[in-house]
Amino acid sequence: MTKRLNALAGLLASVGLTLLGLVIITFLIGRVMPIDPVIAAVGDNAPQEVVERARLEMGLDQPILMQFFHYVVQLLHGDLGRSILTKNPVISDIARYFPATLELATAAVIVAALIGIPLGVWAAVKQGTWIDQAIRVVCLAGHSLPVFVLAMISLLVFYAALGIAPGPGRQDIVFQDMIPHVTGLLTVDSIIAGDWDAFWDALAHMVQPVCILAYFSMAYITRMTRAFMLDALRGEYVITARAKGLSSMSVIWIHAFPNVGVQLVTVLALTYAGLLEGAVVTETVFSWPGLGQYLTVSLMNADMNPVMGATLLVGLVYVGLNLLADAVYRQLDPRVR
Amino acid sequence: MLVDIQNLRVSFATRTGTFEAVRGVSFQIGTEKLGIVGESGSGKSLTARALMRLLPQNARITADRLSFDGVDILKADERAMRGLRGKRAGFILQDPKYSLNPVMTIGRQVAESWRQHKGGSRKEALEAAVDLLDQVRIRDPRRVCDLYPHEVSGGMGQRVMIAMMLAPDPALLIADEPTSALDATVQAEILRLMEDLVSKRGMGLILISHDLPLVSHFCDRVAVMYSGRVMEELSAGTLAQAKHPYTKGLLNCLPSLTHPKPRLPVLSRDAAWLQS
Amino acid sequence: MSASFSRAWLLDETPASRSQAAWGRRYRAWLDLRSNPLAMIGLVVVVAFVLLSLAAPLLATHDPGVQDLTNRLAKPSAAHWFGTDELGRDIYSRILYGGRVTLGMVIAVVVLVAPLGLAVGCVAGYAGGTVDRILMRVTDVFLAFPRLILALAFVAALKPGVESAVLAIALTAWPPYARLARAETMTVRNSDFVAACRLTGAPAGRIVLRHIAPLCVPSLIVRITLDMSSIIITAASLGFLGMGAQPPSPEWGAMIATAKRFIFEQWWVPTIPGLAIFMASLAFNFLGDGLRDVLDPKQR
Repeated sequence: MTKRLNALAGLLASVGLTLLGLVIITFLIGRVMPIDPVIAAVGDNAPQEVVERARLEMGLDQPILMQFFHYVVQLLHGDLGRSILTKNPVISDIARYFPATLELATAAVIVAALIGIPLGVWAAVKQGTWIDQAIRVVCLAGHSLPVFVLAMISLLVFYAALGIAPGPGRQDIVFQDMIPHVTGLLTVDSIIAGDWDAFWDALAHMVQPVCILAYFSMAYITRMTRAFMLDALRGEYVITARAKGLSSMSVIWIHAFPNVGVQLVTVLALTYAGLLEGAVVTETVFSWPGLGQYLTVSLMNADMNPVMGATLLVGLVYVGLNLLADAVYRQLDPRVR
Repeated sequence: MLVDIQNLRVSFATRTGTFEAVRGVSFQIGTEKLGIVGESGSGKSLTARALMRLLPQNARITADRLSFDGVDILKADERAMRGLRGKRAGFILQDPKYSLNPVMTIGRQVAESWRQHKGGSRKEALEAAVDLLDQVRIRDPRRVCDLYPHEVSGGMGQRVMIAMMLAPDPALLIADEPTSALDATVQAEILRLMEDLVSKRGMGLILISHDLPLVSHFCDRVAVMYSGRVMEELSAGTLAQAKHPYTKGLLNCLPSLTHPKPRLPVLSRDAAWLQS
Repeated sequence: MSASFSRAWLLDETPASRSQAAWGRRYRAWLDLRSNPLAMIGLVVVVAFVLLSLAAPLLATHDPGVQDLTNRLAKPSAAHWFGTDELGRDIYSRILYGGRVTLGMVIAVVVLVAPLGLAVGCVAGYAGGTVDRILMRVTDVFLAFPRLILALAFVAALKPGVESAVLAIALTAWPPYARLARAETMTVRNSDFVAACRLTGAPAGRIVLRHIAPLCVPSLIVRITLDMSSIIITAASLGFLGMGAQPPSPEWGAMIATAKRFIFEQWWVPTIPGLAIFMASLAFNFLGDGLRDVLDPKQR
């Protein structure tokens, strides 16, 4: 029991340190700006005394350690500052934009896992054959294509040339602001509202960005699945299973795969976190009103509070997903339970 | 005749050509206990695995005859092989730490083996598993059913392995160094258990080991392998009359309490043994 | 060393000297690599990429910066092999010069990152204890940010441009190298040959430098080669988002950024730099994947 408590304490300490590191880095990003944040806030032409007052209000006359302390205290109160561009508190901006990204990333990780995992298993089973090679080429290509190039070509082909996919954006103008905001996930909200036309529209808009993000992460999932699976298939217990007279399907899916599934949880968590990164670029191309677009637009305008807030959020999500993966891992693997 | 092997060869392709790991092994076995002895790399494991066709994909098997239970293993399709594996021949591997699936409970693994060849419901299979675990003298089999392999000792793990391989009532049991990963104290126990069950069920046994005296104690006949060939085959009782210098060498290397030697001889090998 | 580099000498199973053994090992690795068609395609394209970039001034048909507004957005033709962009500049020449920018950024990042990662990893792995814990915690923090987002934030904080992009990518790229080098070090630090070395009185620095670091190099090379493609893509993404190389520069990502509004009418203008990024990054991926099979058989 004490052993468990110790492990828990160690885990908390390491998470705490990581979080502290995250906060320090975001703080530094906000402070090494070449553009004076005060000028950015009040504008170039503000009179001297306005600038001075703003400087005092923003606490920028204090020593850097005090500033950091204030920043942390603010964070603990859930205050990420105010965006100069939107004039809203960053936290409410994030609450508005994040669901759009979440919807995209979740759909993408599901598609990627559903295709990538079986593909990886298949490649491992057929190691060295042309099937393995073909899957390898498909995956490496997915890793080599910048998301924005793929997104552009996809828009060109499916939207402009063939006209079978909707254009950029999250929904048609017809449905704009028609769906009451509940979860922020348009597909879920339109189901709740019972508006099926809006649902199909939202889904249709998701197909392209989701497929592109999914292809990008599928490459990684497939590659890792293949590597884990090759390892598992070399295990002695696979020989045992075959010696029992089991079919190769049973050997692969009942004996080898569950041993891999445990490791795949971590891969999926990392993929999910990585999708937030892919979303930054994809959202720009598809004009998707998500966190990624919010981040880039703020960056372009040197609006640092949203940048810091969004960066911190992504870091938090990453740490959280890692913890979750760890917990699931402990549940799934009897050896570490 | 359960097993009939004539001139079995197993080879692997390498960069500079092919490496032959088994070079013309022949033996036959009915309902009896055959021991195969040899140092590591002598091809004894590969011979056993070739019989179940459980070799790595890059291995090439050839033989004048390789039959089990009248089935030609070189020509049998995968379906026929699945009927042989487990159902007609059980295969016990060296170390239960690696040969049992780490993320599956013991009960499920044994039940699966039973159900694969006998059918029936999950519940019946689990009952059968409990009964089998009892037969390999595991105390409190119901509790052990719910354990994972890493939660039991090596000796217990090997008993589970035996129970699993005996579940479909095979006619032959192949044991590939079944005790070399275990503590010396449990080794004899496991071997005795195996011998007991094999005799009781009237099965054949192929026991692979590097321990010549141990094998001769438990088997009817012993085949001594060296470098992919059978050097000598003799009945276990006549080990003392062994003719081949390699067998004699192996026996001489053993320290004896009754005839102590000041210095144990070094095993000498002769390239001429590999001619012919 | 006087013996000739004959095939027999290289493939000798019983090498007579250390250098013969080393060359034999390299030759076998090369033979393995040569039998992998994907890796060879990758190698050829990578070599071509490097040569074309270096020889850009010789091969370019136009000055990449010269504008010709009367001939803007021209289709590919004999005069302009890949057409012209929105300012009438020759895309073919810009692609060649853009290769130099990309190549320069990739090399700069690797030169910054690989030694740092190797040093941090080896020291953490060999020293263990508190040093290890602190260093690994720092890498954890950096790993917790997706690479592009952290790089974006850093570039924004510094000042958009090639130099800050290189710095930002380097800053986000080193932790995986440190992790890798540490893992490799941990596997060898307790081995007998290191113990033997310590017994002869070798100082820790010498052991790390001469015995441990060289063993980390093969897996590091694999990692670098595979990473090249993601450096290329991150650099291009920064350029695309306006945070990397700035517009007059013929950097591929920036070229796409300025040309993306022509995608529906003059599709080749943004697509050709996209293809260039794809080819370069795919080539590094093919090569890295092949190298991994050869140098790091555990991960096969």
